[in-house]
Amino acid sequence: MRKKSVSYAKYGYIFSIPFVVTFLVFSLYPIIYTLVIGFTDLRGLGVKEFHILRTAEGNLDLFGNFRTVLKNQTFTTSLKNTIILWTANFIPQIGMALILTAWFTNRNFKVKGQGAYKVLIYMPNIITAATIAILFNSLFGYPKGPVNDFLIKLNIIDSPSNFTLQRWTARGVVAFIQFWMWYGNTMIVLIAGVLGINPHLFEAAEIDGATPTQIFFRVTLPLLRTILLYVLVTSMIGGLQMFDIPKLFLNGGPDQATVTSSMFIHGQAFSGSYLYNRASAASIIVFGIIIVLSIFLFQVLKDKDEVARRKYLKAQRKAARQGAK
Amino acid sequence: MMKVKQESMHTKRVIYKTIVYIVCTFLAILSIFPFWIMFMNATRSTFEIQQSSIGLIPSKYFMSNWKILTGKAFSPMTGFINSMTISIGVTVLAVYFSSLTAYALMAYSWKMRQAFFSFIMAILMIPAQLSSIGFYQFIYRIGMTNKFTPLIIPAIASPAMVFFMRQYLMAALPLEIVDSARIDGSREFATFNRIILPIMKPALATQAIFTFVGSWNNLFIPLILLTNKSKYTMPIMVSLLKGDIYKTEYGSVYLGLALTVLPLFVIYFMLAKYIIAGVALGALKE
Repeated sequence: MRKKSVSYAKYGYIFSIPFVVTFLVFSLYPIIYTLVIGFTDLRGLGVKEFHILRTAEGNLDLFGNFRTVLKNQTFTTSLKNTIILWTANFIPQIGMALILTAWFTNRNFKVKGQGAYKVLIYMPNIITAATIAILFNSLFGYPKGPVNDFLIKLNIIDSPSNFTLQRWTARGVVAFIQFWMWYGNTMIVLIAGVLGINPHLFEAAEIDGATPTQIFFRVTLPLLRTILLYVLVTSMIGGLQMFDIPKLFLNGGPDQATVTSSMFIHGQAFSGSYLYNRASAASIIVFGIIIVLSIFLFQVLKDKDEVARRKYLKAQRKAARQGAK
Repeated sequence: MMKVKQESMHTKRVIYKTIVYIVCTFLAILSIFPFWIMFMNATRSTFEIQQSSIGLIPSKYFMSNWKILTGKAFSPMTGFINSMTISIGVTVLAVYFSSLTAYALMAYSWKMRQAFFSFIMAILMIPAQLSSIGFYQFIYRIGMTNKFTPLIIPAIASPAMVFFMRQYLMAALPLEIVDSARIDGSREFATFNRIILPIMKPALATQAIFTFVGSWNNLFIPLILLTNKSKYTMPIMVSLLKGDIYKTEYGSVYLGLALTVLPLFVIYFMLAKYIIAGVALGALKE
């Protein structure tokens, strides 16, 4: 006979209560609330009452806000900009991070002062984005500004140029700032990934006569797949919400070239005629895009061998359990 | 023949090393240079900056820039105290309750445990900014705009941190400790506070740094909730520097920016080793 022990299971529930309650009130409720507002006529500062959207004739017009938003030129431009800005920052970001990872984890040649390089390269990531945006605005000042002065001193240009008036230059600078703030972070994450790979694999490849380049592309990269997926998805979710830098660098200008979807949402809801309903509809559209893209990326990039292995293990366990019965 | 091949290998190696060091040094300078210009120009007068906007050495106009800066809308002390209040509140709540939730997930076997963990994984990446309209309306209705509580309390539910803490506990906490505490008559909640939390100190420290910095840098949510000038946080304060009132006061703008960067620089260069180790650890949380 076994002695009946005290059950502590209830503490699992009790200790989870603060998290669950806070999540329900401050995360889930606002999400549902946003979704609901998207279908209503809520607009105007201080207005609390709202109704489901109707047309002038009084018919239900459930998707009116969504239609208006999708037809809005600024919204489509902002979506396009967000994707351009994110892509233009992510490709060089992952490229640079991979190069640095290959260098810093090279087994034949240890880079001296690696610690200091990592500290400096990562640094911009912890500085307030708002500050960085305004700092770059000052650096690109016209006609007198550090960047102009620098380029003239190096004889690259002969007269000051107003970079912030050129659409593609402005986009380039925003993408550069994002790149500059994040490649260090990505690099540290990837280095950690490489250091987590079993060193025997590299040794085996070396014994087999693989060159460092071959090892990097044939051994390291495939094993980094999960971490690359993680970097890609988190960067995409963050990138599609880009706000601080484009807002404070040029406030979306010149000529809407750097307006992002988050800036559009913020502008609709908190300025002009306070169109909370349209801002909500826009939020939901962006939310939907993020979900679809995330699922797509997980499907495309997930490790098929790993999935097969898990399935196999699960089946085995099931068989074992049935056998035991 | 052999010798020629060896020599070319050697040259290749030298070229490789040279490229590595040149690129790394260039990137390091690229990280520092904008901030260096900022700190130097913070001490230079507007006239000096207009003459030559890249100053590599400090000048002597710090005080006059300070007077112009604080004589207008920018109030660094208010911003600093407000940001401190919010960030400390957020950090304490997030770290404490995430540990508690992680402990619940790890130390007890309860029916919903696996489901709850899957749920946390599912909400790990919810883009918070996109529910901001509902959040704002909710806070507005209960009359809590311009208060710090709605910015602090949500930190109790930080799914990413719960995940991290759980992984840490799984690796670092032998359940025998909990059992022996029970035998000694310690109650469950007391066990968590007196025995588990101290064991988690290293994880708490790393997570605290990131939460603090993240909260300190946050602009979007404070911007929509705090409309009263006396409640502005540092990033909102910074955004004032772009307004017309500082249009021609270059020195003061740089000084204002420098003031917001300085506390972060101090934290970063004191704790850089731990911060970078923390980023690396976060990557391996799968």
